[in-house]
Amino acid sequence: MASDEERRAREALRKAARFGDDIDLEAYSEGSRELAPVGSLEELPEDTKTTLLDTGIVPSGKGRAGNFLLMDNSVVHSAVMGEGVELMPLSQALKVHDWLKDYVWKAVRPDTDKYTAETYLENADGYFIRALPGAKVRMPVQTCLLLKDRNTKQYVHNVLIAEEGSELEVVTGCTTSKGVEKGLHLGISEFFLRKNSKLTFTMIHNWSEVIGVRPRTDVVMDEGATYVNNYVALKPVRSIQTYPTAHMNGPDGVCRFNSVAVAHPGSVLDLGSRAILNAPGCRAELISRTITTGGTVIARGQLVGNSAGIKAHLECKGLILSEKGVQIAIPELEARVPDVEMTHEAAVGKIAQDQVEYLMSRGLNEEDAVGMIVRGFLDVGIRGIPEHLKAEIDRTLQETDVRRG
Amino acid sequence: MLEIENLTVEVAGKEILHNVSLSVKSGYTTVLFGPNGSGKSTLLMTIMGFSGYKVRSGRILLNGEDITHLPVNERAKRGIGMMMQRPPNITGERLKDLVRVASKGKVDIAKIAEELDMTNFLERDVNVGFSGGEIKRSEILQLTAQNPCLLLLDEPESGVDMVSIEKLGAKVRELLQGPSHCAGWRERSGKAALIITHTGQILDYVEADRGYVMCNGTVACSGNPRELLAEIRKMGYQECIRCKLNQPNLVVENVASEG
Repeated sequence: MASDEERRAREALRKAARFGDDIDLEAYSEGSRELAPVGSLEELPEDTKTTLLDTGIVPSGKGRAGNFLLMDNSVVHSAVMGEGVELMPLSQALKVHDWLKDYVWKAVRPDTDKYTAETYLENADGYFIRALPGAKVRMPVQTCLLLKDRNTKQYVHNVLIAEEGSELEVVTGCTTSKGVEKGLHLGISEFFLRKNSKLTFTMIHNWSEVIGVRPRTDVVMDEGATYVNNYVALKPVRSIQTYPTAHMNGPDGVCRFNSVAVAHPGSVLDLGSRAILNAPGCRAELISRTITTGGTVIARGQLVGNSAGIKAHLECKGLILSEKGVQIAIPELEARVPDVEMTHEAAVGKIAQDQVEYLMSRGLNEEDAVGMIVRGFLDVGIRGIPEHLKAEIDRTLQETDVRRG
Repeated sequence: MLEIENLTVEVAGKEILHNVSLSVKSGYTTVLFGPNGSGKSTLLMTIMGFSGYKVRSGRILLNGEDITHLPVNERAKRGIGMMMQRPPNITGERLKDLVRVASKGKVDIAKIAEELDMTNFLERDVNVGFSGGEIKRSEILQLTAQNPCLLLLDEPESGVDMVSIEKLGAKVRELLQGPSHCAGWRERSGKAALIITHTGQILDYVEADRGYVMCNGTVACSGNPRELLAEIRKMGYQECIRCKLNQPNLVVENVASEG
């Protein structure tokens, strides 16, 4: 007999998401679940390794506590090198840990929209990461979600648990192999941060012009937990719609979302971040820096203050570098008790001419001046990014064509 | 070095400078006095070539070349460097990086930053949250790195506290005159400068060769800078305006009183 959850998921199979273009799920073939495992990421073809490197994933695994690679719908590699951390496919973890069923689909509801519903009904696999109680995991765990086949629909379901007092860093690189003609990524991520734990999560999206992306992320935070979310999307993509949400349920939690993105011609980026401050003393900061060189950016942000003594700030700034680009900033503040301090700052527009000329007066030509201002603009959004990823992102930024169109 | 010929400039549709002519000789320091709103900054911004300062007539010549319509960076390339009164914030760009680019890698950034007490600012975003005095030091730091041959300084002393002005003044002098204090050397090898000063305080630190007084967008007077300053301190700018307006009469009066 179908569970209540399953019944609701079935009913939601045609339920359009609240935001973003409605993607036809029938138009994609399901990605293979049968790809052969690889013994190490170094065995991958050279061009795939380069693709991984671009998203901050080190194929050698050097300096990493764990490696995980999902290719289409197959977990082809999962290895733990460091201590204090568990990493395995979610399907396997459910067999190992009986208690895990109390976590899966508890942060993200299966009937949220058609994407969550289908991912639920397809019984998607993904990573299970757990930082053991009190463990300060020294090196980051790296996970990579790769779209490989010509026409692929990828389902992912990730669960991450940072146990009490633990500290963990995770890097997720999402990317596409050459030759993919059409792809869809549906990614469910459920993160649980127990008391006084700390998670730094960095996601780098390097999809391609033919990929639709619908991640669904909810983070549940207990007392004193710290969550840092860095999101970077500098390469062309067809369409991304995401709205990760932190549910700050325990007192004195801290969360920070930093997002930087470039919308190239033809790209539609609908990027949000949300913090729901449910307990006293919680603090949240949502910072986004977006650029359009011809595509559309919708920068959403929402802060919900449900408890006294919370403090939160939301900032979305957008640069328009092309006549054709569109920037939409939608910051929302919602306070349900009087004793809250919530602020927002939103600005969209072109590069200020006085800034360009100021740099030109120091001898830079116009193009270099614009480049410098643009990189500086984005830099504010990635200052929270771990050092080991900075060089990679700087390089991508240098390569990213952000000239004025 | 620099010749301004009958320059008329408008900003946002309003004429600010009317038929201004002045010159700055190579190796000479020229100061520009004038009350607030007289058009001094407009003149400097126009010489540097910032947009929004529209030249309606007249010319700007640098070493004989007409640069009236050159873009800002081309003027910088030809050796003009400016200290702005209110430079914009460049969020996300560290001062260190701008100084490095301005110097083309030719100077010891750490050393000049230390001399200007700016070491702690190198990692900060350009101008973001800088106080008035810190802006001045940051501008001088950038100019030292840039090493132009014609300096345009817009009120280098304003907003600087008494302790820092000593240091800043010394650095400005060094920038203008190089290591030598000898007048002959300065004329031959020093830089040309056009310095706006409202109070004249900068003259305690640098030698100046010529002064102009600007009032209401025109050059009201020119002459020895220290004499001009002494007059302005005694009589105020009102006297310069009155004097300019009544110049023919004044000459007659002088002649009459002599008789």
